[in-house]
Amino acid sequence: MTTLKTALNVNSKEFRANVESMATQVADLREKAAEIRLGGDQRSRAKHLERGKLLPRERVRQLLDVGAPFLELSQFAAYKVYGDDVPAAGIITGIGRVNGQECMIFANDATVKGGTYYPLTVKKHLRAQEIAEACNLPCIYLVDSGGVFLPRQEEVFPDRDHFGRIFYNQANMSGKGIPQIAAVMGSCTAGGAYMPAMSDESIIVRRQGTIFLAGPPLVKAAIGEVVSAEDLGGAEVHCRTSGVTDHYATNDGHALSIARRIVGNLNRVKQMPLAVREPVEPLYDPSEIHGVITSDTRKPYDVHEVIARIVDGSEFDEFKQLYGTTLVCGFAHIWGYPVGIVANNGILFSESALKGAHFIELCSQRGIPLIFLQNVTGFMVGSKYEAGGIAKDGAKMVTAVACAKVPKFTVITGGSYGAGNYGMCGRAFSPRFLWIWPNARVSVMGGEQAASVLATVKREGMEARGETWSPEEEELFRKPVRDMYEHQGHPYYASARLWDDGIIDPADTRMVLGLGISATMNAPAEKTKFGIFRM
Amino acid sequence: MFDKILIANRGEIACRIIRTAKRLGIRTVAVYSDADAAALHVKLADEAHNIGPAPARESYLIAERILDVAVRSGAQAVHPGYGFLSENAAFAEACAGAGIVFIGPPVGAIRAMGSKSAAKEIMGAAGVPLVPGYHGSAQGGEFLQSEADRIGYPLLIKASAGGGGKGMRVVTGSADFAEALAGARREAMSGFGDDHVLLERYLAKPRHIEIQVFADSHGNALHLFERDCSIQRRHQKVIEEAPASGMTASLREQMGAAAVAAARAINYVGAGTVEFLLDEDGSFYFMEMNTRLQVEHPVTEMITGLDLVEWQLLVAAGEPMPRQQKQLAICGHAIEARIYAEDPAREFLPSIGKLRHLRTPAENTHVRIDTGVHQGDEVSMHYDPMIAKLVVWDIDRSSALRRLQQALAEFQVVGVATNTIFLGSIAAHPAFAAGEIDTGFIERHRAALFPEGATASDRTLAIASLEVMLELQAEAVKKAHSSPDSHSPWHQMSGWRLNFDNHHDIHFIDGEQPVTVVVHYRPGGYLLDLPGGSLFVRGERHESGDILADLGGMRVKATVVRSGNILTVLDQGKSHLLTWHDPGAAGDEDEAVAGRLTAPMPGKVVAIMVGIGARVERGAPLLIMEAMKMEHTINAPCNGAVAEFHFEVGAVVNEGAELLEFTAECEQPLQ
Repeated sequence: MTTLKTALNVNSKEFRANVESMATQVADLREKAAEIRLGGDQRSRAKHLERGKLLPRERVRQLLDVGAPFLELSQFAAYKVYGDDVPAAGIITGIGRVNGQECMIFANDATVKGGTYYPLTVKKHLRAQEIAEACNLPCIYLVDSGGVFLPRQEEVFPDRDHFGRIFYNQANMSGKGIPQIAAVMGSCTAGGAYMPAMSDESIIVRRQGTIFLAGPPLVKAAIGEVVSAEDLGGAEVHCRTSGVTDHYATNDGHALSIARRIVGNLNRVKQMPLAVREPVEPLYDPSEIHGVITSDTRKPYDVHEVIARIVDGSEFDEFKQLYGTTLVCGFAHIWGYPVGIVANNGILFSESALKGAHFIELCSQRGIPLIFLQNVTGFMVGSKYEAGGIAKDGAKMVTAVACAKVPKFTVITGGSYGAGNYGMCGRAFSPRFLWIWPNARVSVMGGEQAASVLATVKREGMEARGETWSPEEEELFRKPVRDMYEHQGHPYYASARLWDDGIIDPADTRMVLGLGISATMNAPAEKTKFGIFRM
Repeated sequence: MFDKILIANRGEIACRIIRTAKRLGIRTVAVYSDADAAALHVKLADEAHNIGPAPARESYLIAERILDVAVRSGAQAVHPGYGFLSENAAFAEACAGAGIVFIGPPVGAIRAMGSKSAAKEIMGAAGVPLVPGYHGSAQGGEFLQSEADRIGYPLLIKASAGGGGKGMRVVTGSADFAEALAGARREAMSGFGDDHVLLERYLAKPRHIEIQVFADSHGNALHLFERDCSIQRRHQKVIEEAPASGMTASLREQMGAAAVAAARAINYVGAGTVEFLLDEDGSFYFMEMNTRLQVEHPVTEMITGLDLVEWQLLVAAGEPMPRQQKQLAICGHAIEARIYAEDPAREFLPSIGKLRHLRTPAENTHVRIDTGVHQGDEVSMHYDPMIAKLVVWDIDRSSALRRLQQALAEFQVVGVATNTIFLGSIAAHPAFAAGEIDTGFIERHRAALFPEGATASDRTLAIASLEVMLELQAEAVKKAHSSPDSHSPWHQMSGWRLNFDNHHDIHFIDGEQPVTVVVHYRPGGYLLDLPGGSLFVRGERHESGDILADLGGMRVKATVVRSGNILTVLDQGKSHLLTWHDPGAAGDEDEAVAGRLTAPMPGKVVAIMVGIGARVERGAPLLIMEAMKMEHTINAPCNGAVAEFHFEVGAVVNEGAELLEFTAECEQPLQ
């Protein structure tokens, strides 16, 4: 294998400026993550603890194997989306090891709006289920939720990808042999009652967990019966009488240990369809990526420098190194797993797109996972390129990306604009995981371009009407457009809406990818069947 | 000399005798009870015979059975060791009857010294000094006053029928005598129904000095100098040394001569010990004579270079002693510390259990270890709970003392409580170093020797936490190896989290007190939140199993022995027990399900209080156990009935054994 050599000078002024710029962004990310991590406000947390319950992150920690990583998903979900503060959209999801088995964990946070489901809570829950289904991961639901957030029921209840889809997914995953395990650690009312009821095995915590289709107030209203929550749907009722739950836990910790025990009895063996090697750390410190990424987003950097800090031993066997050089393709290993890397190193031309399509075919044929390092302003424009058929060449790459059934992983490392987003396996192309760096921007085009396009259209209209437009007036028009694109293209905005699976420190890229690849290995390899490549 | 001998004993002394026999080419026959089938002495002997159940009175004390084995195995002599049958005249007689040599003194000598009062009479007649006193039957007040004045003050008035300090008075001068006598009589009358008293010179700070004597059947008798056995707790010797500190040549000669005279007075043959009380003024008085090899004989061996068991065998075989008095000399200084399975913090209650870990200091010319156990053995309730005798030797007392401290620090026992730290505190006490010792030493220095029930230090907690993390890491590595995805980053133990730091809580129970150490994952190690502050630690496991730790920059080597959830941290010569627990893991199982009622400690079932199936109220006594001389009642956890008792009255049960099965009729547990 070829070892990448860095051209970077870690002592240069530019490098240090880059490091500083990224450090600021990562510090901001961690600061915001730390706030999100707290969950609800102090009062609701104190109340939660008073009841003898563990906070959701503590539940997750105790459920997982000691010291094992937790690949949290959609950490910034609902960040500044609603008028209310809904940290992490009131649910923690992520992949973690339980008794040696990677599982998808769902933990409602009852300290956030009683754990009720906002529209983005549903989206986050469904996204985690989607990953679990794709990766064949057992699902563990730590339920503590008041169900649908009633004021927004029209965005939560009726549609295909709304609340009901959770149970549809549970049933179908169970049907595929993907274990569904629920621990009822708080309320499980109405629709929520189906969460344990639809599970393969369920646990309930005495005097904490309740399951009922209708709570005491509704029961009183409907049939005049006066009954306590515990007598209506507590652990005693469901473990001894109704059979809705299978395991009786005396407290949260006990419930979690029962969940661990259940996973221990699943009898699952991971199939490894990959030729895995002994992992080697990259020759260059992954944290040096901070110094690679230019603080000025318009200034390009060589993506080889990034690859050298992600892959094993910084070893990278490049494919068509001399052709279509704005797209870097090649084979490498991450944590010992073979991967094919597709990375932008400039704007996409026909040659780059053809090379990309070819390389994706190679990886699909060989069953090698694909990693997309996305930093693209789009495909080349202009009459020469249109005439050259860049649309059909771009389509070839998009077809290849769309149809490839090997696990795909996308990291947005910079700009993610226009059709470049599609060709480089954006959200719509269902990568198993999609991560974004804090410096990245996602939009249909750059803010400046959008402002130009809109200004040009407006100017032409005005000129046609014989009106004039001063540069000052034009700037007044352009600025809000630029600002809006900057605001909406920011990772916090994107991640809040689940356009990705999370914002990551570039230095964590190798770890995040390694965990993701390993998790996908729980699912059997799929055969790829490509669509028609327009020739 | 004999070809084959039987050792009518067990434990370290049996092993020690076998060692000498082996060296002399004498074959050995061991006897053992059911409890000792796998004991060290059984393994060391050339042959071994079972002589009955575990209790000594059903095995090691049954003379006929032992003699039967001796005859059947063709042993020519029996070595009784110490304890058991060693001072049993009837046994010595029975040996002779069976034509087997008893390796010990003649029957007459055993008998003569068997009764303390008779022994004193004999010794008094032989001119051996006795504690001045009056033991007669005349009890007139004036007569007693005159006797008291004759004896001198301070003086002790004791109830003749007495014991336990009742009816006892110390009188400092003649003027106080009458009043003290009246008080002693009153107490004696009410306590024992008998107001007879005796008078004795009161020794305020006596030392227990004993002389090792030896005599052969050719009329030779000599002494092998003294041993100071003043360090005692509850009349049990703890630390013995030779020579006695501060002993002068002339006093040694006087005491030696008195001891030899004592031996001659009863026509002694073999090894014996004459015990004296030595007063502060240098006067000494005969206490008693032990007609056997003493536990503490190794200190004499260490300073004389002799093997007393060898001498015993020679003398018993009718040969003369290999040396004469003038050929004997003291070389250096030796100290013995008795390592017991006992808990000094709980009035030295024997501690019973399995020796899950036993590591002794290396033996060499300076360090000798006499033991009868190895790792994995049980210290049972049936026998003396001594684990080993640690004997050190050096050219002088202070050097020997240093070695003792070092060796005690290296002595590692896990599974039972031991007195090693207590012994270490004695050895480290300045008064002990200064030779300011007498039989009241331990009582007087109680505060220094029994530190308040220490809680785990930050250092101990840090080591224990590191052990837990290393253990978890090792488990993770093992699991990774056997996994089909063995290199997966999911096997990592760094507690990785997306965009924030992570920690792990380790819950310990220290004594009764819960302590939580928060372990923050940091690159290359852990930042621990300890009661005394934060500490960055890292470490690795040495191939010996020890932990090589870096505690905030300080390199430390410690041993942690884990047995189930119990961690014993052995560090700096001290051991500390911590229970590691996972609060959620078990849930409140005993709360959730009634039924398991287990023995709180090893002991005996002494009473069953209810019938099977009979309905009982919550809290009702179901069964009574006796353990460590205390009764423990097992109560009903809630209303219900006993479905089955797993043991009968008299059965011996281990700690944690399920005693009975209880069927609950309610769910409200006993809080």
